[in-house]
Amino acid sequence: METSIYSVIAFYCLAITILGNAALVVFARNIVHSVLFLAVTFIAMAGLFLLLDADFIAAIQVLVYAGAVCIMVVFGIMLIQRPDMKDTNLFNTQLIAGTGVVALVFAMCAILAGRTAWTDLVAMQAVPENTIQVIGALLMSKYVIPFEVVAVLLLVALIGAIVIARDESGAIAVDEGVKANAHD
Amino acid sequence: MPADMFALTLPFDPSALTLEMLMAGLAMLVLILGIIVPKGARHGLGWVSLLGILGIMAVAVSLWGEKRELLNGMYLLDNYALFWKITFMTAAALVILGCMRFVDNMGNQAEYYSLTLFATLGMMVMASAGDFITFYLGLELMTLSFVILVCFRKTDAKSVEAGIKYLLLAGMSSAVLLYGLTLIYGLTGSITILEIGRIIAMQPLSPALVLAVVLVIAGLGFKVSAVPFHMWSPDVYEGAPTPVTAYLAVGSKAASFAIILRLFVSGLPGIWENWAMVMAILAAVTIIVGNLVAIPQTNIKRMLAYSSIAQAGYILVGLVTATEAGIKGVMFYCFLYVFATMAAFVVATYYYNVSGSDELRDYAGLAQRSPLLAAVMLVALLSMAGIPPLAGFAGKFYLFSSIVGDFLWLVFVGLIMSMVSVYYYLRVALVMYRDDPVDATPISVSSPVAVTLVFATIATLVIGICPGPLSEVVNGAAHTFFLH
Repeated sequence: METSIYSVIAFYCLAITILGNAALVVFARNIVHSVLFLAVTFIAMAGLFLLLDADFIAAIQVLVYAGAVCIMVVFGIMLIQRPDMKDTNLFNTQLIAGTGVVALVFAMCAILAGRTAWTDLVAMQAVPENTIQVIGALLMSKYVIPFEVVAVLLLVALIGAIVIARDESGAIAVDEGVKANAHD
Repeated sequence: MPADMFALTLPFDPSALTLEMLMAGLAMLVLILGIIVPKGARHGLGWVSLLGILGIMAVAVSLWGEKRELLNGMYLLDNYALFWKITFMTAAALVILGCMRFVDNMGNQAEYYSLTLFATLGMMVMASAGDFITFYLGLELMTLSFVILVCFRKTDAKSVEAGIKYLLLAGMSSAVLLYGLTLIYGLTGSITILEIGRIIAMQPLSPALVLAVVLVIAGLGFKVSAVPFHMWSPDVYEGAPTPVTAYLAVGSKAASFAIILRLFVSGLPGIWENWAMVMAILAAVTIIVGNLVAIPQTNIKRMLAYSSIAQAGYILVGLVTATEAGIKGVMFYCFLYVFATMAAFVVATYYYNVSGSDELRDYAGLAQRSPLLAAVMLVALLSMAGIPPLAGFAGKFYLFSSIVGDFLWLVFVGLIMSMVSVYYYLRVALVMYRDDPVDATPISVSSPVAVTLVFATIATLVIGICPGPLSEVVNGAAHTFFLH
């Protein structure tokens, strides 16, 4: 697989975008801003998938992560009622220790990965024109067991969400503030 | 559309998944029954689950001796996997039978029992998993079910806190584990454990593989609560409803050991000399810290949590040599650990129902109030300490005899710390037998609980006095491990 100069440039631009925005997620003091940076990180990740010719995964990444997950997080924030959003993301007290640990892990990974002679093991054959059909066929043939386990996993998540959200009388718990808003 | 697209379809025999399908069906049946039956009849859901599990166990026993590989080794059905599945189901059956009243007090029985069964399903998938994706999804199915079960008493702040802690830390450990697994995939181009074993044996050791192994050990070390990845377990064990703690301590740990053996002994034997010492040190640190920190504990659940950390250390010993004897030791110990731990936690659950307390000092005079509860607790604790003739002694003997040749220092660490552990185990006995109770009313033990306790105690005694038959079964199961 030959690598063009454009894809190298694109890779580094995307990598910088991802790392920069991920850092901003942690350092932003307003948690809504953090979510915005998180969405940018997810979209840049979709760019990485596109570089690898995984167009379907890229589309799913945008749909599920940048779309659904970020919106869910925003809903979560908005349901926890606060008068304003200043200083809502304040878990930055261990800055020096955190930097040290991250630097150590990063250095260790970089040294060990840098000394490895990586070989091209995968992606030697051309990517098919239409990836979705192949993914679908693979999911129902070679990966059918993981596919079924995922189905059960989602069911469990659903049951869990209901069990935790439901109050003792059996009704879905509704926050008092939301109730008041609904009556206005 | 390429014509050969469906040539991907591999020979697939769904009958190899009988146990998993039955378990998923049972879990959904319990869930649906919970909606249909009136509130007063939901107590019966526990019996439905229990009978279902016993039925599936009978099917598992009838499958004994089968040896199948599905989809080029993505899913393995052999005696090794079957033995683990029977272990998980035994634990699930004991925890359901022993803690029905506790669950009735908690409410939401249908969801509780079906989540317990789904967690068991996740463990069963892990025991049979032959590739990274199946293994990871089984692990997540188990973990997610446990997260919900841990915060099941959602009006109790401790339970909710434990649930959130478990969720966050489990998510983090999964991320570390996944990073390690992707590195292995990047180096070998395969996700099937058996194939990875063949590829790695042919390659020279690459530095990135060392990093991958370290990350995988960290990720799975969290699941078995090996020191230094154990910080979550005392808080989660204390906060979770006691039956959940019991199942978490036994099931989650045993399932993680099942997959650790598969991953390290079949997937990474080519670089055994690189990880054997890491495992030995991890085992030694876990045994020492677990036992020493258990000494000052005053809450019985926290004490059992630290003791279970120490037990994880003993089990890790069997992994060090990566031989059939070691695997046998791990499987044998996990099986008898089910009975001792379940007995101790069922007593704790029952006593909590009566007294509303998990503090050790409130166990004063338990022997006068209920000789059965006190005796069962004593036998369970002594078995964990490894006093002959109880099962724990035989288990520790098999584990440590596998390493006597090369890691003699680890044997000494294990022996000395076992003696230390006798101190805090016997302190519980002292409180139960010597002290006088504040409230001397006798405790009547309901019959399902009595059956559970007597069964677990007899199993502990029988395995301890004559370990031969079980040992032969485990030998056969450990032997099939190497036949793929």
